[in-house]
Formats: sequence, structure tokens, C-alpha cells
Amino acid sequence: MTRLASILQSLMIPVLAVLLSFIIGGGLIYLSGADPFLALNGLFMGAFGDLDAFSRTLEKATPLVFNGLALTLAFKAGLFNIGVQGQFLFGAIISAAVGCYVSGLPVPVHMAVAVFSGIVAGAVYGMIQGALKAYRGAHEVITGIMLNYVAINITDYWTKGPFMDTANSNSIPRTPLILESCQIPDIWGIPSGFLIAVLVSVVLWLFLKKTVTGFEIKTMGQGIHAARYAGIKINGMMIFIMGLSGGLAGIGGAVETMGVTHRFQPGFNLGLGFEGITIALLSRIHPVGVLPAALLLGGMKAGAGMMQFSSDIPTEIIDMMMAMILLFVAADKLMTRVLPVLKKKEKGLALSAGWGSK
Amino acid sequence: MNTSAKKIVYYFISGTLILSVFISYFFNAPVTIAVLSSAIRQSTPLVLGAMCGLIGERAGVINIGIEGQMLFGAFTGFIVSIWTGNLFLAVCAGMVSGLLLGLFLGFMAVSLHVDQIIAGTVINIAAVGVCGYFYPTGLSVSNKLQAMSIPFLSDIPLIGPLFFSNSPITMVTILLVFFLQFMLFRSTWGLRTRASGEHPEAAETLGLNVYTIRYSRLMAGGALAGLAGVFLSLEAVGTFERNMVNGRGFIALAVMIFGRWTPIGSWGAALLFALTSALQTQLQFSDTLHIPHQFTGMLPYLMTVFVIAVFMKRNNPPEALGMPFEKD
Repeated sequence: MTRLASILQSLMIPVLAVLLSFIIGGGLIYLSGADPFLALNGLFMGAFGDLDAFSRTLEKATPLVFNGLALTLAFKAGLFNIGVQGQFLFGAIISAAVGCYVSGLPVPVHMAVAVFSGIVAGAVYGMIQGALKAYRGAHEVITGIMLNYVAINITDYWTKGPFMDTANSNSIPRTPLILESCQIPDIWGIPSGFLIAVLVSVVLWLFLKKTVTGFEIKTMGQGIHAARYAGIKINGMMIFIMGLSGGLAGIGGAVETMGVTHRFQPGFNLGLGFEGITIALLSRIHPVGVLPAALLLGGMKAGAGMMQFSSDIPTEIIDMMMAMILLFVAADKLMTRVLPVLKKKEKGLALSAGWGSK
Repeated sequence: MNTSAKKIVYYFISGTLILSVFISYFFNAPVTIAVLSSAIRQSTPLVLGAMCGLIGERAGVINIGIEGQMLFGAFTGFIVSIWTGNLFLAVCAGMVSGLLLGLFLGFMAVSLHVDQIIAGTVINIAAVGVCGYFYPTGLSVSNKLQAMSIPFLSDIPLIGPLFFSNSPITMVTILLVFFLQFMLFRSTWGLRTRASGEHPEAAETLGLNVYTIRYSRLMAGGALAGLAGVFLSLEAVGTFERNMVNGRGFIALAVMIFGRWTPIGSWGAALLFALTSALQTQLQFSDTLHIPHQFTGMLPYLMTVFVIAVFMKRNNPPEALGMPFEKD
């Protein structure tokens, strides 16, 4: 019973945050002269109204789950992997390259190789940040954002240069379509990428809960000094965790490429990293909690078009509402101040300690 | 390396730079002036952002929301300039909007003890959301901020066209660098700022209010970041785009670290960053360099990573940086 009560209590802040954001979003819609109920109905129908809409929601939610998981894992260890964007892009473009240039492999092997190379690409890119933090004290938020820009530039160069699709005198910068042996099919209209995402999030949850490494990761999240005192090799762990986190983002990129877009095109899925932060915080930094959080944000993205169609509200209102959700879950102390019932015992996130670490 | 050896290295590097400027001025004056004044222009948002960062960090609060403050300042300045047509009002509005975001950061980081990195990230994301939603497409301002020449001073060779015949925000920024350097290290204001960043408990014991100090420094810094934003929208480009800040808020943090959390040091670092990008544009333009633009485009980002990796630990950040201060 107390377990149930504590779960319910930890759900209160995310639920209130979402409610509050929808109320403010509705107010904004009202102020811009539209009917908020009509608009929200359009949003809901566009996200969950029928099987088509629902499968679109799952499709949008899939990369969000992976990025949310990548951030969740890093947050558990007190690291802020804001570089998921770049890791995602590298995972996507490398798996696209494997998908279209490697041929002659049987279906499952080709898929596995493509996903695996996506993971490796993301992991290596994440490990760069981990190493910079471990050995040079460079905070991962600055290096992460900078490496995101570097990744955007490199992938942009590749898609206009060595990996460019030249078939039928195409002039749009993009890679060729990946071979059919590498495309992840839908099962009864449901994108199977989402099933992979569910599987990965459960595995990550068990990993953190049951293994020694998982315990060490959580210990690091409680404080670097205590963890060092407990005999954990901090430098190696930092690189390992950032690599694992980057690998999760890399799977996201691979699955998105192989299941949805079937090629890499510059500018795709920008802003995913920021949505990943919102999802990780909305899930209360819990791998399984990432799933409903990603479904919510994925649904908002999927339904935005229908909302615009039904009540002429610009889709950017969704970005605004997501920003508000992030604000309310991040500044949860704001809400605990208004409603003391919500006061939680667990320690909040502490990411800034490593800023000027000596 | 000991301090005197370090000093010799710094003097050597700056001496070489200055000497090469004179040599190139002697051989090709117009190009030298074009490259250098472009560097000074491009350094403006960086040094303003760095000063925003360092005022906050000297007081003990990490500001990772500079990017968002710049974007919001650029946006507000742009909108007000369209509404009123008055550039002075637009500049003020941009600064006020940055200041308000600084207040908001203070509320989260100082009063609520939200993790400072998360608080800054919230500001960055919220700024993108707000600007995206309210942005009226297809508008452009009727007039940009024009370059001004200060009489007599602008006639000095080399120095004149660089420093005294430039855009107004750039000239004000150079003044601000020296003003802030003085304030930070020679005034009560600066002593209080540094005290609340190095040892807030001691400051509080001496009767200072650390909360008020941190709030006001974050607001002052926010106004500078807002000014940097206005520079981008009203002086450099004359329009607004959602991605116009393009990581400058984070590059500014590297500039601040490279400049050892001092205004003059940051100015030098910002000039170095801007000079590489101005030189690279010049080389690209004069057709002597054939590198894909993506590679030259990522140079400032790689430089930032390099600077952070090499100088973060070495350059002694303020002692109580990133720690929320809890009153008893």
C-alpha cells in the first residue's frame, strides 16, 4: 500500500504539470480567437482518434522514447547528456549508409548490422563527451551542444558529398533509399520500432534495478565524492555511461531511419534532444515512465496538424506547451511550494556540481 | 608552467598578433581594416554574452540560458522595432526582455534552488517556444542600426576606422568591457559580487543579502545578453530568424572561461574567436581556400570544445559556483 501511495505521489507532479500546461495552452488558444475545446478535441483526434492516428503517434513517439531513455540513463548518474541530438544524427546516418551501401546480406543480419553500427556511431560520439568530462573537467552541456552543431555540419556535408543520392539526377541533399532487406516493417499497421523501444526501456529498467553496474550508476548520481569513496572508478564510468547513453540515442536514429524515413535527409528531427529532456524529467527519471511521457509528446506532435486543420491554430503552440511542461516538471519546487502535499523526500537532480570541478 | 613563464607566453602571442596586424596593414590596408573590423563586429555578441555569464558566475550562479536570453532579446527588439519604428525603444526593449529572463533564472536558481543547469535549459527551450509561437512571418524592419563615426577620433589611421567608426552597440560594448572590469575589481559592487560567488556564508555573516546580490547580478547580465540579441537582429542582419543565435550563447561561455572570468580577458578571447572566423571568411572570399563550408562552419564550435577542455580546470572558476545558497 505504501508502495502504491509513493508511486501515486510521484505521479502527481507530472500529471499536474501536464494539466497546467494544457490549461495555459487553452488560454492562449482562446486569446488568439479560437475555441480551445474544439482545438484540443482536434489535437486528441489527430493523436488517438483512429488506428491511423494512433500509429502516427507511435511513430512520433519512437525516437522520443530512445532519446528520453538516453537522457534518463545519464541523469541517473548525474550527467546531462544534452548531446543526444548529435548522437542520434550519427546513429541515423551511419545506419542509413549501411542500409543502402551494404548489400547481399540476409534480412535479419542486414538489419542487425545496421542497428549495431548505429549504436556504435552514437556511442562513440557520446564517449567523446564522457572522456572530455572525465579527464578535462569540460562540462558535458557545453561540449554536448557544440558537438551537436559539429554533427549537423558533418552529416550535412556527407549528404551533399560522399553519401549523396545521385539516382535519377536527384539534386536534393539526401542519402539513397535503404535496401528493402533493411527496412523495419509495420506489424498490423503498428510501427514495430515502437515495440523495440518498449523492449529497450524495460531492459534498461532491469539493468538499473538488478545489476551491480546499475547500482554504481545510481550511486554516482547521489554524488561523485561519495561514489569515489565507495570505490567506483569515476572516470571510466563516466565514459561508459556517456557511451551507453549515446548508444541509446544511436538506436533511436537507426530505428527512425530503418522504420520511418528509410533514408537520411539533413534537418530531420531537429529539436529531438530538447524533447528528450522534457520526457526524461516528465518520467521522473524512470526508464518505464519514459514510455507514457513519450506517448504524450508524440501524440501532441502527431495531433498538431489535425488541430491546425480544425481550428486554425499554428502548430507552434505545441512547442510552447512542451516548454511549459518542461518548466513545471523542472521547477517542481514551484509546485511543491503552492501545494505542500506534493513534497517529496527524494533528492533533486544535481548537475551543476561538476561545472567547475577541480 | 609558473606564472612568469605563462606571462611571457601571453606577451609573446599578443606581440606576434599585433606585429602581424601592422605588417599586413602596411602591405594591404583596406583588406586588413575589413578583416579586423569584421572581427570586432562579430566579437560583439560573444563578449556581451561572456560578460552576462561572468557577472552571474562571479556571483555564484551558472547561467547556461544565455542562448535563450539572446534569442528573446533579438526577438523583442525586432518586434518593438516593427511596432514603433523607434530603434532606441527597440534596443531598450531587447535589454529589458533579457533582464526579465535573468530575473526568472534568479527565481528558479536562487529562490527555488532548481538545479542551475536545468534552470538555464528551461530558459533556452522556453525562448524557442515563445519566439516560435509569436513570430509573425515575413516581416522585416524598416531601418537597421547604422554605423556611426566619431569626429576626429575616426580619422586616426587603423585605430580610427576600427574602433571609432563602427556600429553603436559595438562601440558601447567596448566601453562596457572597461567599465565592468573597473566595477568588478575596484568597486564595492564588484567586491559584493565576488564575495557571494566565492564565499556566500561569509558574505551573509557580514550582513550582505546573497539572494539580492545574485538576483541583481543575473538581471544585469540578462540585460547584456538581451543587448547581444538586439545586435544580432537589428544591427547585424535586420531581421529575425529562430536559429539566428546559433550557439553563440554557449560559445560565449567558452569565451568567458578562456578570459578567466574577467571582462578584458573575455574581450581578448572573443576577438580571437571572431578573428579566426573573419580570416576564414576572407580566405574563402579571396578564393585561396577550398574547404567545404561545413568544415569552416564548425570551426567556432570545435574551438569552443578545445578551449573548455584545456582551460576549464586551469582557470580557477569561482569557489561557490553552482551551489544553491540556503539561508538558515
